[in-house]
Amino acid sequence: MSVRTMIFLVPLFPLLGFLLIGLIRKRLTRGFATLIGSGVVFISFIFSVILFLKLLNGAEPFNVTFATWIYAGNFSADFGLLVDPLSSLMLLIITGVGFLIHVYSIGYMWEDEGINRFFSYLNLFVFFMLLLVMGNNYLLMFVGWEGVGLCSYLLIGFWFKNQPFNHAANKAFIMNRIGDLALIVGVVLIFINYESISYSIVFPKVTIGEPVLTAITLLLFVGATGKSAQIPLYTWLPDAMAGPTPVSALIHAATMVTAGVYMVARNNIMYALSPVSMEVILVVGLATALFAATIALAQNDIKKVLAYSTVSQLGLMFVALGVGAYASGIFHMATHAFFKALLFLGAGSVIHAMHHEQDIRKMGGLKKYIPITFFTFLVGVLAISGIPPFAGFFSKDDILAKAFEHSPVAWAVAAIASLLTVFYMFRLLFLTFYGKTRASEHTIQHVHESPLSMTVPLIALAALSLLGGFMGVPELLGGGNWIGNFLSPVFAQAHELSAEHTLSHATEFILMGLIIGFTLVMIALAYVRYISKAHVPAAENAKLPFAHQTIYRKYYIDELYDAVVVKPLYWLAKLFDIVVEKSGIDRLVNLISESLNDWGVVIGRLQNGHVGYYIFVMAIGVVLVLAYSFLK
Amino acid sequence: MLTVVLIVLPFVAALLALRLPQQLAGRVAFLAALAELIVSVVVLFHFDKTGGLQFVFDKHWIDSLGISFSVGIDGISLLLVLLTTVLTPGIILTAWGDTSKPSSYFSLILAMQAALVGVFVAQDGFLFYLFWEMALIPIYFICLNWGGENRGKITLKFFIYTLTGSLLMLVALILLYVKTPGTHTFAIQALYEAGRSMDLPHQTFVFATMFLAFAIKMPVFPFHTWQPDTYTVAPVQGTMLLSAIMLKMGIYGVIRWLIPMVPLAVKEWGMIAIILSVIGIVYASCIAWVQKDFKRLVAYSSIAHVGLISAGTLTLNETGMQGAIIQMISHGVIVFGMFYIVEIVSARTHTREMNQLGGIRNVAPILATAFSVIMLGSVALPFTSGFVGEFLLINSLVHYQLWLGVVAGLTMILSVVYMFRAFQKTMLGETNTLTASVGDLTRQERFVLYPIVILIVLIGIYPQPLLDISATAVKNLLSVYLDVRFL
Repeated sequence: MSVRTMIFLVPLFPLLGFLLIGLIRKRLTRGFATLIGSGVVFISFIFSVILFLKLLNGAEPFNVTFATWIYAGNFSADFGLLVDPLSSLMLLIITGVGFLIHVYSIGYMWEDEGINRFFSYLNLFVFFMLLLVMGNNYLLMFVGWEGVGLCSYLLIGFWFKNQPFNHAANKAFIMNRIGDLALIVGVVLIFINYESISYSIVFPKVTIGEPVLTAITLLLFVGATGKSAQIPLYTWLPDAMAGPTPVSALIHAATMVTAGVYMVARNNIMYALSPVSMEVILVVGLATALFAATIALAQNDIKKVLAYSTVSQLGLMFVALGVGAYASGIFHMATHAFFKALLFLGAGSVIHAMHHEQDIRKMGGLKKYIPITFFTFLVGVLAISGIPPFAGFFSKDDILAKAFEHSPVAWAVAAIASLLTVFYMFRLLFLTFYGKTRASEHTIQHVHESPLSMTVPLIALAALSLLGGFMGVPELLGGGNWIGNFLSPVFAQAHELSAEHTLSHATEFILMGLIIGFTLVMIALAYVRYISKAHVPAAENAKLPFAHQTIYRKYYIDELYDAVVVKPLYWLAKLFDIVVEKSGIDRLVNLISESLNDWGVVIGRLQNGHVGYYIFVMAIGVVLVLAYSFLK
Repeated sequence: MLTVVLIVLPFVAALLALRLPQQLAGRVAFLAALAELIVSVVVLFHFDKTGGLQFVFDKHWIDSLGISFSVGIDGISLLLVLLTTVLTPGIILTAWGDTSKPSSYFSLILAMQAALVGVFVAQDGFLFYLFWEMALIPIYFICLNWGGENRGKITLKFFIYTLTGSLLMLVALILLYVKTPGTHTFAIQALYEAGRSMDLPHQTFVFATMFLAFAIKMPVFPFHTWQPDTYTVAPVQGTMLLSAIMLKMGIYGVIRWLIPMVPLAVKEWGMIAIILSVIGIVYASCIAWVQKDFKRLVAYSSIAHVGLISAGTLTLNETGMQGAIIQMISHGVIVFGMFYIVEIVSARTHTREMNQLGGIRNVAPILATAFSVIMLGSVALPFTSGFVGEFLLINSLVHYQLWLGVVAGLTMILSVVYMFRAFQKTMLGETNTLTASVGDLTRQERFVLYPIVILIVLIGIYPQPLLDISATAVKNLLSVYLDVRFL
């Protein structure tokens, strides 16, 4: 099989899966539909591995054009796919983690009557996600970009009888569209300035930093804030937890939300030439990382904690991009995909065991009831907290070191966000699995470990979370930083521009030691508060201190947006409808026609049927004509 | 000769349907529309994409006035003729079985089709005007006799409003006619020459009057207030004819009869028309958002979408013009489907109030799925037909003026706001007493909606055949803007 065919088949299989399940889902049994759904993703995974191995053995990136998609005037866009180290790595994550989550979903969704529909949506999502990372031009990437947004909408609102869920789905789609508008304008500006939208033509043309490049990169980044849930467009992601938990793992943790990171990394040369945009990315990333981490401290819904954690971790990835450490950002994206998918699936397993209970105040002591879930969840917590040698340690440390090179302040903020992460993750772990159970007797009697289809993916992801970090062991610790080298051709153009300055080993060791030390302090603090003192977060209506209340209510940002943006726009629309439209424009139109009517009455009087009157008017006319010709 | 067949066939069928017994009329009308479709497909297969005007038929008609029966088809005409011939059988099918006085109803629809095709192929100013007015008569009666509450007043307003516009256009045409050399003629090329050789004040006059006529037809803000009422009160077939096909007469008029005719004035005043159109996008989208009536919402959404087309057309950018043409086709297909969904829902629940609906997806999943695909086309999701045109149009507007492009692009956000809201209110949630017994699509409805859904996806994934058809014609039309003699 030629490489060309293989590349084509990677996205094609999930698409076929969607069509097959989608079109005949009524006649498919659950078993068959889930088999198809998982199978097609697995096939794509196999192809991805083969392509990856080819690249690993030194093959040049594959850039294949299949057909012209849109050709109008001087504009043209191709159906073309690109497999280079960056997209190849993305392929492995999307199809690999994606496959595990498909398998998990078999168990998780088995009782749901819409399971076939669920799998068809998941397949469609994988298709669009693959298109997003494989497209060799901006427009095809945009197709995937919007397509995953659609699937996100469909899956957040999967249980469509529930109107609050539908609201969450709409909110996600609308906020994404705000970003998408910026993105598409950016793409148009790229086309105007570089006369093409193909990466392979545009990137070589980007050689000088000009004002328009700053505009382009900022616009693209606004698009990224929508998809990757950064300030100010992040509020949809916590609400998106309305979707089934596998969706949260796949779309809202491991893959879709990292699209913005991918996109910025893909355009690294543009960003390298736009220092202003880089600063903006860094600041937004830092702010989001810290801000979301504080919110996560006070949440009591197991999925909400993980959602804010995701926002915060994505912020860290943008910090990496903002300081020009593209490979570090992608590295953290990969490890995050492992451990955050693991944590979400673990949370799903807990929710499954607890009969749809998501409130950690009503959990506790679950470790002896669901040991596999507990153990794998623990691995996830250790990984995200950056305990060596778990995956998160290496990637997070990498970002922090690169941030320190840029500025110690950036390092400090990112470090605080990371330490907060440690605290809230252990809080979550302790409240859920340790201590005495707070669940009702009835619930606890029915708590059961999840079926194999769910635990096997958990174990696989736990293994990845344990070992994944070894793809980027820094030189400092005697590693070869494999991932950095593998990705270096993609970022070569950008790296040529940035001055290389590395920290001394001593500094790096000190920073690393500091972080590890404080991490242990955080764990101890969480231990004291939630295990020794067995503190349980206050009940829903309890009066909280002001600061606590503020972060529990997520800084009232949703309320703020509603009051400052949504409501005023709504009243403006009402104003248009009632005042401008009905009593303004339409009234005016009617007035014109009515005035014509009045004129008609006036002119109509001229024809009153009296012959004498006609003669009189005629005489005046004759006089006027004569007078006119004399005076001329 | 085929062009003449395209005009005459539905006209003869219209006369025939009038004489037929009521129960036969629908079938004969449908067959006639199918025959028309086949003829247009034959034209498509014999059409040379690289050529200019084809299938020309030119006979002297009223010699003393320089009027001839001159028709022909180029790429732009062909696409619009195809839009008409593809949608008309569907429109007829949706009326099967539940229309009073079917003979006259179907007869009027066919007469309308004849006039619409005539507008899209006419190559003589007078003939164009004739078909333009002829199209108004059937739709007037359709709305007047088969419309809903308060139809008399609303239809009269619509009639007078559009007639005012057309009369202004007639004045402009006569002015151009008088400027033609020799014994005067209405032939389109002669009118082009006459228009282009006028000075700016004269061109401005022609531009103002003609644009007004076209703007009312589309309609462009602020000449749109007849539209929501008329669309809402008309029977669904009338709404479909108006929105899916008839409004394209306005855009087509701009492309064929305005842009090549008075280049100086278009360059000079185009900006104002574009700004009005762009205002209309945001304005109509906002109003659509606060509508309670499902049909009215779709009517306002149409104003927003057409605003984008008209703005993009006037940027005089080849890419934008291509986008405008494919968007006309796409909009026709989508708005047809959308109004049909509205009709199906309101016929079953006897209400168009969205607040009273909900949960229909539980009881009619196929209906909901069809609606969702049409909706995605309407919000221009990639891989639906709506995206191709919308992207090309926004592209050309950003080219023209960055901020206008950005404001026009707001339609990407606003369309989701009002459309997804409508979908949620009608289809999602729990069923209520009104919607609990809603049945899924009947075979007849599926027969109409499946092709629509397939077209939306197909054009979105593979738009190139359509773009290829209009490419040469667009180049030809815009070539005047490369010619320094006229600028």
